[in-house]
Order: sequence, then structure tokens, then C-alpha cells
Amino acid sequence: MSEDEVAAQLRDGMTIGVGGWGSRRKPMSLIRAIARSPVTDLTLVSYGGPDVGLLCRAGKVKRVVFAFVSLDSIPLEPHFRAARQAGTVETRELDEGMFLLGLQAAAWRVPFLPTRAGLGSDVFRLYPELRTVQSPYRSPGGEGEELVAVPALELDVALVHMNRGDAGGNGQYLGVDPYFDDLFCMAAKRRFMSVEQVLPTEDLAAQGPVQTLRINRLMVDGVVEAPFGAHFTSCLPDYERDETFQREYAATARDDTAWDEFRARYLDVGGHDEYRKAVGL
Amino acid sequence: MTDATRAEICVVAVAEAFRGDGEILANPIGNVPMIGGRLARAAFEPDLVMTDGEALLVGNTLPVGDEGAPKVVESWNPYRAMFDVVWSGRRHVMMGASQIDAYGNQNFALIGDPAKPKAQLLGLRGAPGNTINDTTSYWIPSHSPKVFVEQVDVVCGVGYDRARKLGPAERRFHHLEHVITNLGVLDFESPDHRMRLRSLHPGVTVDEVVAATGFELVIPDDVPESRLPTDEELRLIRDVIDPNDLRTKEVAA
Repeated sequence: MSEDEVAAQLRDGMTIGVGGWGSRRKPMSLIRAIARSPVTDLTLVSYGGPDVGLLCRAGKVKRVVFAFVSLDSIPLEPHFRAARQAGTVETRELDEGMFLLGLQAAAWRVPFLPTRAGLGSDVFRLYPELRTVQSPYRSPGGEGEELVAVPALELDVALVHMNRGDAGGNGQYLGVDPYFDDLFCMAAKRRFMSVEQVLPTEDLAAQGPVQTLRINRLMVDGVVEAPFGAHFTSCLPDYERDETFQREYAATARDDTAWDEFRARYLDVGGHDEYRKAVGL
Repeated sequence: MTDATRAEICVVAVAEAFRGDGEILANPIGNVPMIGGRLARAAFEPDLVMTDGEALLVGNTLPVGDEGAPKVVESWNPYRAMFDVVWSGRRHVMMGASQIDAYGNQNFALIGDPAKPKAQLLGLRGAPGNTINDTTSYWIPSHSPKVFVEQVDVVCGVGYDRARKLGPAERRFHHLEHVITNLGVLDFESPDHRMRLRSLHPGVTVDEVVAATGFELVIPDDVPESRLPTDEELRLIRDVIDPNDLRTKEVAA
């Protein structure tokens, strides 16, 4: 598939889960295709980074479900920050672990998962639909116990980026952390995985230990081959984060002219091949 | 007479927070906390488990800010596994704070109205899950009334008054330990767990701390001085753990 074919699957108002974490292994070539497409009013569910920032700035986002939106080496994603402070996006905010449980609940097809995370905090102000449940069992002191019921975060679409994969949708990470990409896929109706390189299935296991074969083709509906598809975020061991480019991207939040130039040069220039030429990859 | 800097005294105060913790994951976040946590393990708390700041648990003392330093890898600890550790309770985390109040309610999510913040900050991150499950301390490099406030804008990390409103089963793992700042160390060891002045860094007065705190502190009659580093601890800080002096960037000499 191409990035544009993935973007064409989206409809206004859909809930899109994006894998990776902060400025690490984000499916940026897919995100840019969405920014170029006419779709609007999306709800993004993400351990957010420039995926959230860029789509907010491009006017595609109605709501963000998040625990943070960060560029890691730049702690606060500036486009998301600007959108929040202008009041142009709605949010539903959760603790990082609650977010994981929401995806897990969707993947396991249960309406919620219980946790103590959130009790006593203001998460209930930031996520008004959140409820608690009483444990049906006795707790150690013989008393009852109230827990937070994290609702299933059901996704219309999941977008992830992995290091290697095959055409059938098996996917492999080769860095230190799989993040939660498999969980995003399992929580979604339609799942699209971009990879640095598509390999024949029989070559995948030679790339790393079997534990790296984290995504299987039950979890994926379409594969996009996208070398440097995570740029400018990191995609180790293939490449580090492009910190210089990230700083340039972050600076566009301070200056509308800079954003227009950035958009023209890197987004509107065309698809991923044109992006790579523009960046010099 | 020591030539220990304020930053080094802060590092030792951080290390002291982990004294007696035994075999738990020590998870200090930020440069001075990382230096202090690594000092604690190297100097007096050898059973602490520590990360490399990413996805590995490492057994040797790593220098901060040096990605290439050799690691003795003990185990793999990706973000997925981190939540298993957080929710197991076998952890002492040290977080930062944009705001903190008298009972230890902490905020780093936003300033102002959640619908349209005056300032969007980090977000809830892991603070709710951390504070309800794990021993939690705080590191605040710049002690001021902007940080130490009467009421935080959003409760991310749960404080003692909020915990008290929960039932005994719900709050049974809640425990706030130390708040370490550039001026001194505070704790919650007062009858109703209101923040208490535990020690003053050398050269800092009670009046300075009171002026820098936007709420009423519990102040004991005798406030001891924060401990000075030993010669060996200074060597560990200066030569092994923080040879690039990241600590002074955070706490000016």
C-alpha cells in the first residue's frame, strides 16, 4: 500500500491510534499523508509526539486522548501546546498506565479494566466520562475496595511503524523497546503498519531474536514500505532522532511564516519519496 | 571544612531519600535525582535496582549524560514492563513538580483551566499511578512561592489530604517521603502529614524557606542542617557519576 491509500481509508470524525512514544518510532510518513488529505475532526489516541503536534497544526484534530505530548529532547510539543492554549482542541487526559489499560481493554473486548491508578487525583476532572467500580471481592482489611474503571479505548484505525515486516503484516522491532504498537493494533478495527523494509517472511527471523517478532499478521490490514518512515523521530537501530530537524519543526510553532514555509517544503511537496528528497535522505 | 557545593549537598539529600529502601527500583527522574540515586546505590544502598534511563536495568554505576558508557545489563525493562513494576509497588520514584501544596498534592499537567490552559505543561504523565502505588519523593530545583502554592491547579500526584478521603484499602500504598529543594529537605512526618521542614542546606535560614513557601510549613524547634557529602561521596559524584557537572546547571553554585 502507499501512505495516500492508507489516508484514503480515514473518514471525518474517526478515532485514530498512533503507535510509538513521544519522538520515537512514530509513523510520520503516514501522519504526513493524513495532513495532506481532506479528512477532519479526528480524535487522536497517542503517547503523543510530533504526530499529535503536526496534525493539530494542520487542522485535522478535534480531540486528543493523551497522557503527555512530548518531543523528548524538547519536553513540551510546541504545536500541541499552542493548540491547547488557544482552546482549539478538546482533550481527554489519563495517567500513562491508565492509557495502556484502555488499549488493553479494547484489545481484550472488555468494557473496562480496573486499576488503582487515578484514585485521589484530578483525572476525573480531565476525563469526565471516567467512573469507578466496587471490587466484588473482599480486600485484605476485610473491607470493600473502590477502583477506577478505565474504559476501553476503541480505535477505528491504528497506525504504527516497525523496523522490518513482511507483506502479510508480520512486524518486527529491532530497537530496545516495542512500545505499545501491538496493543494499538489489537485495539483497532483497521490496522496499518509502515516498515523501514519489507522482507520475505523467511528472512525476518534472521534479523533478530524471535522476541522481536512482536506484531503478527492477525493484527495488520495493510503494510507500507517506508524507508525513513519515522523521520524525524528515532527508529533505532536504523537511525537516531534528527534533532536538528526536530528543532526546526519546533520553531515553526513560534512563527506562522516559518510554519507556512515548512509546510510547503516538507508536507505539500508530495508523498514520502518527495519528502525524503526535500530532507536529503 | 568541605568544599561541597549546594548542588552536591542536594545530590546527597536525594541519595538519603533512598536510604533503607533495600531491593526496590529506585527511579529518580531528572539530572540531580539521577546523580543522587546512583550515589545512594554506590555508597550505601547496594541492593537498589536502577535503570539506564531507557529500557534496561543495569548493575553498574553509570555516568549521567554518557550514552556510550559500558553497561552491566541485569534485565530488560521496556515501558510495557515499567507499569508492572509501578503497579507492584516495588519502587521509589522521585518526580519533579510545577506546583506542590502543603499536603503534597503535585501538578505538572497545566496551569489554569483544563479546557483552555494558560500554560500547557507535561500532562498527567505517570503521577496518579505513581503516587497511589509507590513510595514517592519530589525534587524541586528552585524553591519559590510559584511552586509551593496554597492550591495546585490540577492534582496529578496525590497528596495526604486527598489520600485521607479515600478508604483504607484505596490509600494503603500511598506514601510521600521527601521533598528536596535547593534550600533544604522537607517531609510529611507531622501529625496530619502537613509538609514539615526536615533540614536546611548549609547557609540557608528558616526565614528564607518560609519566604520561598506559599503556605504554612510545620517547622520543628530544632531544624538540623542537611548532611554534607563524605570525601568518598564527593569523589563518586565528581569523578564517576557526574564528571560533566550537569548538577551545577540545575543548582547554581
